[in-house]
Amino acid sequence: MSDQGSALGARLRERDLSAAPATLNLLESTTAADREQAAALLHEVSPAALGQEAPGHIVGITGPPGAGKSTLLSALLHAWRVQAKSVAMLAVDPSSRQSGGSLLGDRARIDFDPSDRGVFIRSTAAGERLGGLAWGTRAAAQALAAAFDIVVIETVGVGQAETDIADVADTVAVVVQPGSGDALQFLKSGIMEIPDVLVVTKSDLGQVAISARRDLSAALRSLGSRATPVVAVSSLPPASGVEELAAALEEHRKNLDLSERRLRARRAGALTEFANEHGLQGVRALGGRTAAQTWLAEQDQGLDEATLVNLLEGRMGR
Amino acid sequence: MSGEHSPRLPERERPWMMRTYAGHSTAKASNELYRGNLAKGQTGLSVAFDLPTQTGYDPDDELARGEVGKVGVPVSHRGDMATLMEGIPLGEMNTSMTINATAAWLLALYIVAAEDQGVAQEQLQGTTQNDIIKEFLARGTYAFPPAPSMRLIADMIAYTVQHVPKWNPINICSYHLQEAGATPVQEIAYAMSNAIAVLDASRERLGPGADELMGKVFGRISFFVNAGVRFIEEHAKLRAMGMLWEELGRERYGVTDERQLRFRYGVQVNSLGLTEAQPENNVQRIVLETLAVTLGRDARARAIQLPAWNEALGLPRPWDQQWSLRIQQVMAFETDILEYPDIFEGSKVMDALVAELLEGARAEMAVVAEHGGAVQAVPYMKGALVDSHRERLRRIESGEQVVVGQNRYTETEPSPLTDDAEGGILVVDQAVEAEAIEAIRRWRSERDQAAVDAALAELARVARAEDLTAHDNLMLPTIAAARAGATTGEWAQTLREVFGSYRAPTGVGEAAGSAVGDEDLAELRAEVARLQEQLGRRPKILVGKPGLDGHSNGAEQIAVRARDAGMDVVYEGIRLTPSQIAASALQEGVHVIGLSILSGSHRELIPAVIDALHEAGVDVPVVVGGIIPEQDVAPLKQAGVAAVYTPKDFDITRIMRDIVELVGAGIPAAA
Repeated sequence: MSDQGSALGARLRERDLSAAPATLNLLESTTAADREQAAALLHEVSPAALGQEAPGHIVGITGPPGAGKSTLLSALLHAWRVQAKSVAMLAVDPSSRQSGGSLLGDRARIDFDPSDRGVFIRSTAAGERLGGLAWGTRAAAQALAAAFDIVVIETVGVGQAETDIADVADTVAVVVQPGSGDALQFLKSGIMEIPDVLVVTKSDLGQVAISARRDLSAALRSLGSRATPVVAVSSLPPASGVEELAAALEEHRKNLDLSERRLRARRAGALTEFANEHGLQGVRALGGRTAAQTWLAEQDQGLDEATLVNLLEGRMGR
Repeated sequence: MSGEHSPRLPERERPWMMRTYAGHSTAKASNELYRGNLAKGQTGLSVAFDLPTQTGYDPDDELARGEVGKVGVPVSHRGDMATLMEGIPLGEMNTSMTINATAAWLLALYIVAAEDQGVAQEQLQGTTQNDIIKEFLARGTYAFPPAPSMRLIADMIAYTVQHVPKWNPINICSYHLQEAGATPVQEIAYAMSNAIAVLDASRERLGPGADELMGKVFGRISFFVNAGVRFIEEHAKLRAMGMLWEELGRERYGVTDERQLRFRYGVQVNSLGLTEAQPENNVQRIVLETLAVTLGRDARARAIQLPAWNEALGLPRPWDQQWSLRIQQVMAFETDILEYPDIFEGSKVMDALVAELLEGARAEMAVVAEHGGAVQAVPYMKGALVDSHRERLRRIESGEQVVVGQNRYTETEPSPLTDDAEGGILVVDQAVEAEAIEAIRRWRSERDQAAVDAALAELARVARAEDLTAHDNLMLPTIAAARAGATTGEWAQTLREVFGSYRAPTGVGEAAGSAVGDEDLAELRAEVARLQEQLGRRPKILVGKPGLDGHSNGAEQIAVRARDAGMDVVYEGIRLTPSQIAASALQEGVHVIGLSILSGSHRELIPAVIDALHEAGVDVPVVVGGIIPEQDVAPLKQAGVAAVYTPKDFDITRIMRDIVELVGAGIPAAA
């Protein structure tokens, strides 16, 4: 079992989709032995090892409960599969504060063909972690992007605590339902970062959906963002807007400086991971956040996130 | 004796209609059963359909595997319906059909079977259950999303009010809500809210001129209720429902005719409270529950069907059902229950109980209205039911609520009732499924295919219609398709293609956590935390329901308790194929799998799941819960099941402890 991690990494590099379940089992584990293997796995799919950034498109999809994310994801999944794109979906659910356990309900709400080997869905619990992602989700997204055409990370919330998703995703879409008003308020007050794509669901509701879309577009313009598309979708049959959304996501990715965004993601992610593990004291030992960021910016661009965390830990030890 | 001040009625009342919920194996076998029951003094029919028929699949569909002829009779086309009703004069019979998502279709088949007998649809009497909201909430045999499901119901109401005037097109069911754990207040409130949704949809569907017809519509809506063993409160519940119903008719729908305003209900008394342990005790439970719906004349049932004493063990045999019919007959013909006016009139206790329930129900109805009505409030109501059921189980586990023979007075002599080879239940011949598959293929090859294709195309066209008019009533092409020889699966598939399919909310996400301070649970959490250290990940369990069985209450409670014990729980709801379960187990990286089956299809489906897991390369323990007869336990274990739980294992925390141990035992020593 000693080379389990690198073997899995090699399989992912060869775009072997069936490596996904074992990859997740490993990356989610916190035992020392598994973490060593996980580091080996990530090293195998690092930009240095791949000779380029992982080719998959990492899409973050976030929105409040009840906004219609699951139905939307079912429809998107279908659209992607029609284009013969393989899809990995990492669904992050909140955990029960009381017991630490959680009910991972997303799988039940997403409609897909279980015999379709081009689809992988994994549900994880966020646990007590801040930032909206579960332990291992970011690493998993980076690893799976080597093998899958699309990697979706789905989280619950509207732009307050979900900073992690913006760190790891190439494209972030925020899903809101008409009439809720939250997104509008958050955008205006600057609580919510401007997403790459805004999705208004339930466009079958008619006037209320049309006004929601108009208000959001106006708010974005007043914030100086002319580029962010606002897409209206309806998941009720006959579904509409889904292909437009898939196209908008792809369009964003095309216009993106991918290596710049990924590099920033890995460096920010490494620091977040380090801070999660070692707390404020750890960050202080690095000379503070800014010093750490400056130091990270000087490192080799091809290093994977786990290696960066290791290097930070090495510096703390000195 | 009957002078001016006699407390008696001038004449003994006519008894309620007596039915037995029955059907199994084939149309022919069920027809024999019905004729036998009628000969024994049963006065109406109550048809139990199998799950493929209820959810719109033919016997040869992958999803029908293991379910054909199990919990009811398969009826796939007009030929099956004709066989089922052979020799039963449909012009005189009163037939209740437990059918919901596919109710329009089964009514159409019934109408066509009547035509074959020379009976016009105007003469038909009976009920289609047709209550889709409670399927989303509790019973799980839905087929289409909420909006088109409501349209089907409204279309049926509009059709029957004009063309089948003695038919009750819908039975608003509070029965299944109680089975899912509803308190009396919830049962009243959700049933009434449900009725409002149906009546509002009908009013809209009828369009201009609806006001004139609303009295007729209101008068044709009946209820199907439950009665638990707390029979005094249960009786009060029915009085409260009658009062609310009349109020609703007058105030919301402008009904003035006293007859149309009457609260009419049929009942099946409680199955949830029936125990597997000392099952003979269920007989007295059933008798007492029957009192709840017969004692007071002002709120007496119109029709009664009683469960059998052995329902928690498996499917009842004809003899078990006869025993339940005899309970009704003794009650009606030997006791003096039918000789008096309402015996609770003027009772302070009864009036106060009714007032209390009314107050609670009104408040809860207001909450549902705030959610936008019953259709929109399905997730809310589902969560509330899962919560109530969890509380009920907690009370039983802690001993606060006594269940004789289960959590108190458990010492028992061996029961001679379960002594025979089958363990005192009906075992459906496994050959039934293969025969049904062959029969439907033969049917398809012998009919006029062009006529069927044309009829289904017309059905699809009407289903797609927008801005509905009276001409777009789905009953018309449905009856035409039934006449042409289309099958249940074809009818449903045509509509699925237009309407889309649907998965109802599971309710478990909304359920609150267990009470803090539960010591057993705290201990268990510590155990789970230790296991997490060893595994490196939080223990993860997949809870799944293979097959078509929609009775998800047990699975939901397991899922909620596993979460409360600190596990990560993947719960995918109902109607999963073995390959779906295997794919989920693999992708989710679960440590253990819990499967729940209540429909009796475990002998086929559990080994199929285990094969699928092997094929997917998933090697984790599988535990099974449900109505599993004793003699099936050993074969299941041989097939690779680690543990089997039945209704007598009511202590869910203990089950969790077993599961945690199972996972722990699977960790290699080196890890």
